[in-house]
Amino acid sequence: MKRVQPRWRVAAGALLATLAVAGMGGAALASSEGTHIERQDWTFGGFTGQYDQAQLQRGFQIYQQVCSACHGLKRVRFRNLAEPGGPQFPEDSVKALAKAWPYQISGELDDQGNPIDRLPGLPDPIIGPYKNDVQARAAQNGALPPDLSLIAKARNVEQESAWYSQWFYMLRDIVIGYQEGGPDYLYALLTGYHEPPAGVHVAEGMNYNVAFPGHQLAMPPPLSKDSFVEYQPEAGIKGSLDQNARDVSAFLAWSADPTLDARKRLGWQVMLYLLITTILLYLVKRKIWSRVKH
Amino acid sequence: MAGHGLPHGSTYEPTTAFGKWLDARLPITRMLYAQAVDFPTPRNLNYWWTFGGILSFFLVAQIVTGVVLAMHYQPSAAAAFDSVEAIRRDVNFGWLIRNLHAVGASMFFLAGYIHIFRGLYYGSYKAPREVLWIIGVLIFLVMMATAFMGYSLPWGQMSLWGVTVITNLFSSLDSIWKGLGTTIVEWLWGGYSVSGTTLNRFYSLHYLLPFVLAGLVGLHLWALHVVGQNSPTGLDIKTASDAVPFTPFATSKDAVGMFAFLLLFCWFAFFLPDYLGHADNYTPANPLVTPPHIVPEWYFLPFYAILRAIPSKLGGVIAMFAAIAILLFVPWLDTSKVRSTKYRPVYRWFFWLFAFSAVALGWLGSKPPEAEYVFWARVFTIYYFAHFLIVMPLVGWLETPLKVPGSITEAVLGKSQSAKLAPAKS
Repeated sequence: MKRVQPRWRVAAGALLATLAVAGMGGAALASSEGTHIERQDWTFGGFTGQYDQAQLQRGFQIYQQVCSACHGLKRVRFRNLAEPGGPQFPEDSVKALAKAWPYQISGELDDQGNPIDRLPGLPDPIIGPYKNDVQARAAQNGALPPDLSLIAKARNVEQESAWYSQWFYMLRDIVIGYQEGGPDYLYALLTGYHEPPAGVHVAEGMNYNVAFPGHQLAMPPPLSKDSFVEYQPEAGIKGSLDQNARDVSAFLAWSADPTLDARKRLGWQVMLYLLITTILLYLVKRKIWSRVKH
Repeated sequence: MAGHGLPHGSTYEPTTAFGKWLDARLPITRMLYAQAVDFPTPRNLNYWWTFGGILSFFLVAQIVTGVVLAMHYQPSAAAAFDSVEAIRRDVNFGWLIRNLHAVGASMFFLAGYIHIFRGLYYGSYKAPREVLWIIGVLIFLVMMATAFMGYSLPWGQMSLWGVTVITNLFSSLDSIWKGLGTTIVEWLWGGYSVSGTTLNRFYSLHYLLPFVLAGLVGLHLWALHVVGQNSPTGLDIKTASDAVPFTPFATSKDAVGMFAFLLLFCWFAFFLPDYLGHADNYTPANPLVTPPHIVPEWYFLPFYAILRAIPSKLGGVIAMFAAIAILLFVPWLDTSKVRSTKYRPVYRWFFWLFAFSAVALGWLGSKPPEAEYVFWARVFTIYYFAHFLIVMPLVGWLETPLKVPGSITEAVLGKSQSAKLAPAKS
């Protein structure tokens, strides 16, 4: 190990230095694209985070009063709203909510074989206003409002950084258990509607948004500084664009990942078990190997 | 099975009446005892040698979680995505099984790459382990096929478009013989585009290939137990004092390595289940919308970078497959008389340059194919192949290796003590 010829070392060092210098040029070029999306503080963030039940309840209120005008939430069933680890509304309220839902379940037959529409119940999905994508596009000027059940997982924030620093950021995210790119993006999108900068032409029927890739989005601002949802007085929190956006992003994070609380709780039990077992096994191994020099 | 290094019979003696009865008819316990207890193991193995056991664990774990998932999964274009979501939401502990399977695939590859690099560093491919190594390369290849088909099953956007891009590679054969590539691609697809038919056959093969893998692993282990294990010194077992019995020595060390690796696995499975995947795969497959960046899973990225580094499509395909196939020839490309890189002062630098190139190619594979990225992908692709075709033969000839200890015992105990040949007690 000590007898490495210096010229080999110099050659390898020079090569690495060349790579480093040239790579930085490329990285500088790459980082100019894309919008920076700020990370938010989420109660469910990181490896210990859990959902805030009150926030999920407020978030559902935003979904119900604003988003559900166009977007469905079909992978979430009404019964899920009453389950632990979620908004956990009282079951009776959820039953009443389902019965009062403005959109009916269709496609089923009555006992005469005629297609019927019926009110949803606890086991039914939370559906949006449109029966299918064609109807949605027809009503929305050609744009399709996506189902929101998985939107928080189907969106992410790309970590753009240079090749020499990206490893550090990746490692940091692995250590802190960062998986909140989706809600970070949703929050940035909902609060990202601004006047377009001078010289940017926004197409007919489109809206300028700093967080959206390409910055032109068919969805008009669902919330704004002047038009947001007020919470019930007992919520003890004042409505605002920022608060609404935060709460509905958290609710959509739950919709996409309803087992997060249980997952992280079980995760810690598993980690603890594995850690103790690893240590015990290591001690056993040391004892066994103490019999021979190795 | 006569050991190459040290002959080892079974010291198994049946004690119960049933044991004696079975031993006279099917000496399976005797065989297992010989291979899993008495099997002589070099006394100087480090923790990098625990990855073989870790890999066996992951094969079994993937099969077990996969069989459970298959009970709930529906392999059709219409129902696949919804059924995976139903597993996540409605099946008891479905989220856990699904995370273990998806993250398990990544961990399988991580352990596999560590195992391969360990073999490359310590020269575990050199005679008499050529066949052992070649079976290993075949295992790697089948693993890749299995993982690729597995990734198509959730039928999200990245599933569909990943399959489209990779299967389309075969159409480059059209430039050799008109129609050949198209015919192969349509035959793979079972139609004129990637469709539910493709999904169904991929599901069928995804269920089949792990058992092929299990068979190959059996051969890999068989070959290993014929030639014996390599060691960090690159020396084989020559005398009894070089070895310790597999159980309890290797077993106890393997157990520590495996549980430590399980900590990493569970960290991802419980706290970062989507970190290694791609957000686009949570959008149902849509043949009319192409995602902005089509990226394979991380473990394919170095090969993806090589594919895109070559200016011609056919050339890229050939280079990508050659990057794996070249591993088959490593036992003969390496001309060094010394096995372990530990004693190769010059080659050591090239080894780490190769490791750096492989990681760099992985990073570049995740980037869009634009100017600088393609340039660097070409640089590292050239080194990837140069390492095998030029460095391995040339450095092996030209380098003066350091002095290698006379035996494993000497490496561990030093010359004076090993002269006494203190036998290792079990």
